[in-house]
Parts: sequence; structure tokens; C-alpha cells
Amino acid sequence: MSTVTDSAEGTDVKAHEDHHGPAKGLMRWVLTTNHKDIGSMYLWFSFAMFLTGGAMAMIIRAELFQPGLQIVEPAFFNQMTTMHGLIMVFGAVMPAFVGLANWMIPMMIGAPDMAMPRMNNWSFWILPFAAVMLISTLFMEGGGPNFGWTFYAPLSTDYGPPSTTFFIFAIHMLGISSIMGAINIIATILNLRAPGMTMMKMPLFVWTWLITAYLLIAVMPVLAGAVTMMLMDIHFGTSFFNAGGGGDPVLFQHIFWFFGHPEVYIMILPSFGIVSAIIPAFARKHLFGYTSMVYATASIAFLSFLVWAHHMFTVGMPLIGELFFMYATMLIAVPTGVKVFNWVTTMFRGSMTFEAPMLFSTAFVVLFTIGGFSGLMLSIAPADFQYHDTYFVVAHFHYVLVPGAIFAIFAATYYWLPKWTGHMYDETLAKVHFWMSFIGMNLTFFPMHFVGLAGMPRRIPDYALQFANFNEISSIGGFLFGTTQFLFLFIIIKCIRGGEKAPAKPWEGAEGLEWSVPSPAPYHTFTTPPDVK
Amino acid sequence: MSDQVDEPQTVERSTRRTVVRSILVACGMFAFGFALVPLYNVFCKVTGLNGKTDPDPYLYKATEAKVDSSRDIKVQFIATKNAGMIWDFSPSTPQVTVHPGEPGLLTFVAKNPTDKRMIGQAIPSVTPFEATNYLHKVECFCFTTQTLEAGEEKVMPLRIIVDQDLPKHIKKLTLSYTLFDVTHMY
Repeated sequence: MSTVTDSAEGTDVKAHEDHHGPAKGLMRWVLTTNHKDIGSMYLWFSFAMFLTGGAMAMIIRAELFQPGLQIVEPAFFNQMTTMHGLIMVFGAVMPAFVGLANWMIPMMIGAPDMAMPRMNNWSFWILPFAAVMLISTLFMEGGGPNFGWTFYAPLSTDYGPPSTTFFIFAIHMLGISSIMGAINIIATILNLRAPGMTMMKMPLFVWTWLITAYLLIAVMPVLAGAVTMMLMDIHFGTSFFNAGGGGDPVLFQHIFWFFGHPEVYIMILPSFGIVSAIIPAFARKHLFGYTSMVYATASIAFLSFLVWAHHMFTVGMPLIGELFFMYATMLIAVPTGVKVFNWVTTMFRGSMTFEAPMLFSTAFVVLFTIGGFSGLMLSIAPADFQYHDTYFVVAHFHYVLVPGAIFAIFAATYYWLPKWTGHMYDETLAKVHFWMSFIGMNLTFFPMHFVGLAGMPRRIPDYALQFANFNEISSIGGFLFGTTQFLFLFIIIKCIRGGEKAPAKPWEGAEGLEWSVPSPAPYHTFTTPPDVK
Repeated sequence: MSDQVDEPQTVERSTRRTVVRSILVACGMFAFGFALVPLYNVFCKVTGLNGKTDPDPYLYKATEAKVDSSRDIKVQFIATKNAGMIWDFSPSTPQVTVHPGEPGLLTFVAKNPTDKRMIGQAIPSVTPFEATNYLHKVECFCFTTQTLEAGEEKVMPLRIIVDQDLPKHIKKLTLSYTLFDVTHMY
């Protein structure tokens, strides 16, 4: 244990090969406490869920390909929209970010592993069981949840299917997993940083995840409370949300969106961190405005607690309430604008090259900004009465989630794949993956702005004839985007199985401690803390 | 290495402190989720938000009841049945005009057309919201549940008073009742 030193410049580093390696066989994955193993499992799980939720989206788009009812029953259509949302949010996007955090945060701050490796194992292994329980509701009598991913009471309490109870327990388990993951990340970042790694030297991915983790422990318990109240209303005769018993259905919306709005930032803040790592690497410049990025992220997180009622402008709110939530929401555009400005300024006069991570990151900046602008349109309370519950809302949140969260996850995967596998991925195929995703995604979601403004309501399996052409385009785009993801799977498997040998630092302009260890990263890294200058 | 001898212990201790604090925050937020219920009710009561009226009878005090005959306030009544409720339910008059401070008396009629005993609960709501706390109910069928035997019809009195302090710009109020079937809850 004597020799290892390292440097942030990425010179040759010898790994600890004297330590034990991974165990053999299936039990390696069941019992592992290694952050890299757990990170990989999170990422594979999330990809499986991405395909599952994606398959549901394909059913939705197939039904909406033409007006009229042709493929599925309306009741099943409702289950598809609900499960698509739940699986993508809780199964695909959130676990993918936790997986990236597991893989990268210890390597970025020079820690040997996560602070609580056993809890890490537990928080992962809850997930597959929760997901199986959630998906199994589709095969139960009365079908799965059909009330939308927002599960508004009394639709979900008085009128929900019998399987709602299993849905509630699945949400409880997913919540427990997220909270444990978040606590682990906070404990790791606050306590296991290498000497010299001060808070303001941390990579932005670490910063954004720290803030995300705080959001998680602040709002996931509120969601747990909301579903617990639902459970009590359904089975124990309470009336939290039952007006006939003295409760209030609007209260459900307040509690849900008190969780729900920070939740949408939980799904985007880690993306900000990823893009803030990738853009400087491929622009070969330092990130512009690091400090302002940290404060902007913190401001966004803080403001996210004060804007929840902009999701419910139409429930009947006093004018003063509408004005408060409208202005507070618009205020979020300021720190977000700071971030976009910083990314663009980082690119400005940089020596840019456009490998796959950079392509996805550039698309992220452009398309996330479009999603941000449609968000600003929705924040205008008087205009929202027109947009509310139309496809305009669907267009908005898919523009911030698909090229926002998911493109950032793709970018991160390509960026760190050489570090994970030791091989370079196939750049040509990755570019094909990017362009097909980019075109497919825009074809799917851009026309939704128009049909939404023209009044097409969301969550309905049929529509008026004048929306037929745009829906046809959306469906074709959706099928393109969906099938392209098998190419992504192929590229990853190809990269794992072989390919050009990756050096410790495959990207010329990349910065950070993770590039100072060899590729593939040894099973144990930084068992002796590096010295950060 | 000598300066690192006691380091693992301090790291362990500070990690434990972080974890305990984080768990406390999570538990606190779980409790806060439930605390939102009474907080919301208090907030609604103070602001009149959602048109939630006082669930208890207004204590009519003769000394306070100065009638402000300079203003006429129209109070409109709406009777709605919640989904699945099959009683007949309607006000005797759709609208009364009163002076602030002057009691208004009317009746609502409910009829259970089924051959089963049923229990109903009417939930009131006032619009505009800012008038909520100025519309007092001295006597109301909504203060308790109403039980109707099979085929029974009941005439239920409602006595209201519009407060003299009602903001000047409000000239018309709507008092809406939604009738819920709560038989299964009793």
C-alpha cells in the first residue's frame, strides 16, 4: 500500500491490484457493496425501465396515429399514459442519475467508495421489486393505475382500480430507495472528499447532485405522506381528500405538487452537472462562471419550493395566489438563464469538436431552452387557462425531459463509457444514434405544441379530425425515437465487448480526478486519497 | 501516514452525524406532509380560500345585528349532487335578496327515492372566496349528516346572515351545496 500517488493531470497511475477483485458469479451482483457495480446495476435497471416505459409510449403513439379508437380500449390507454409517466420518472430517469452518481461521484471527489456501501446495495435492490410490483398491477383485476401519473384524488381514491393499493406500496418503496440513495450521496460528498477538494473545487456534477439529494430528502417524504393519506382514505375510512367527510381534493393537489415541482428539478439538476462537465471538455476551455453555476443551481432548488401551485392555476385560486405563483415561476428563468448563458459562453471561441457526448450536450442546451420557454408561456396564469391539460403541456415537459434529462444521460454514458469499459465506443454509430434521436424526438414533440394550442386535450385516446396530420407526424417521430434506442443498446454492448483501447483520458479537454485513474477504472480506486491541488 | 491514524474514526463520526441529520430531515418532512393538512385548513379558514365556510352554527347576537338597509345583497343557491348520489335535492328558492345583518330564511328539500335508508352530507362552498367569512349560517342542514329512510322526503331549513362588514364591492354571493352519499361511512 505504499506506492500509489496520483495527480489531477492524468499521468500514469498504478492501481491497487493487490486488493481483492470482484467476486464471481451471480452473487457478486446480489451482495456487492462496490459503488461501480451498484452504479452499473442502476444504469442497466434504468435502461430496462426506459425500454418498458418506451414500449408503453409506442402503444400510446400507435393508438393516436389515427383519430378514432383502433388498437386499445380507452381504459387500457389510460393505464398506458399513467404507467408510462410513472415508469419513466421513477424507474428510468431517477435511477439513471443515481447510477451515474454512484459511478462518478466517488471518482470525482477522490473517495474510495460511497459512504455507506451496504445501504447502497439495499437502496438499489429495493428498486427491481418495486418496479415488478408496479408493473404487475397491469395484470390485476380492474387493471393498473389509470388516473394519470399525478394520481389526483378522488380519481385515485374513490374511483381508482383495486390495484391502487399495490401502486401505493410501490411508490413507498421507490421513495425509500430514493431517500436512502440521497442520504448516501450527501454523506459521501460532505465527508469523503480527498484532502484539498474544497466545496468550491468540486465538479459541477457533484454540486448539482448534492443539491438534488437535498431536494430528494425534502420532498420524497412528502410524496410518501400523500400516498399514505390515500391509503388511509381507501382502507381506513379517513377523509383527507374526501369532501363528503370534511376533506378536500384540492389539498391533494397542493401536497402532490409540493413534491412534484421539486421533483422535476430532481430530474434536471444532475443533467446540468453533466453538461457542465462535457461542454468544457469538447470546447477545450474551462467552464465559464463556475461560481455562478453553483449559486444558480442552489437558487433554482430554493425557488422550486415556492412555485408548486402553477400546476393548478385552474382549480380556483384567488387572484393574489395566481399572481404570486406566476411571478415566482418566472423568477426561475433568471438562474436558468444564467446557466444557459454560461454554457454558451463556454462554447464561444472554443476549439469545439462534436463527438457524441458534445452533440447530445449541444442539443441539450438548445432544446432544453425551447422547453424552458414553453414553460415560461405556461407560467403566465391567464394564458395557462388555455394551455392547461392540453398537448401543449405534454410538449413542454417532454422537451425538458427528453432532450433535457435523457439526452444528458446519453451524453454522460458516451462521455464516461471509455472509463467504465476501457474501450472506445463506435463513434459513427453513436452519431447515428444522436441524429436519429434528435430528429425522432423533435418530430414527436414539436407538433404537439401546435395541436395543444389548438385545443387537443391530453390523456384522451381519440381526437378531433383536424389534429390527424400532426398526430401522424408525432407517431412516426415516436417510432423513430423508440427504435433508435436499440441502436444505443447495441453500441453499449459492442463497447463492453471490445473496441479500440481507451487511454486514461480519452478526451483531450476533459478535467477531473476520474481521468487520473486508468481505463477501465480498477475495481477499487482512490483507496489512498489523491492530493488535490 | 502518521497523521492519518485517527482520521478514519473522525470521518466515520462525521459521516454518522450527516446520516443522522439527513434521516431527521426526511422524517421531519414526512411529518410536514401530514402537517400540511391542518395548515391548509387553517389557511383556508383565515383567507376564505376554496369557499370553505365555518362548519359550526354562527352565534346570532341581537346586539350586533344592526341591519344595513342601504345595501341589497343577492344570495344565490345552488344544489349539486356528487357523482353517484341519487337523492332529489333542491332549494325552495334560487335566490334571496337581503340587507346585511338581516336574516334570510329558506328551505332545501331532499328526497330519498330508493328503497334503502341512506345518509347524506351537504358540503357548502361560497363564491367569491373573499366573501366566505362574511356569509354566516345560523341554522343549516349541513352542520350534521342527514338520514333519510326509504322514500322519505325532508324539508330542511337554512338561516343565513350576511355580515355588515361585507366588502362594499360585493353585491352578489353564491352559496353552493354539494350533496355526498356518506352511507358507507356510518
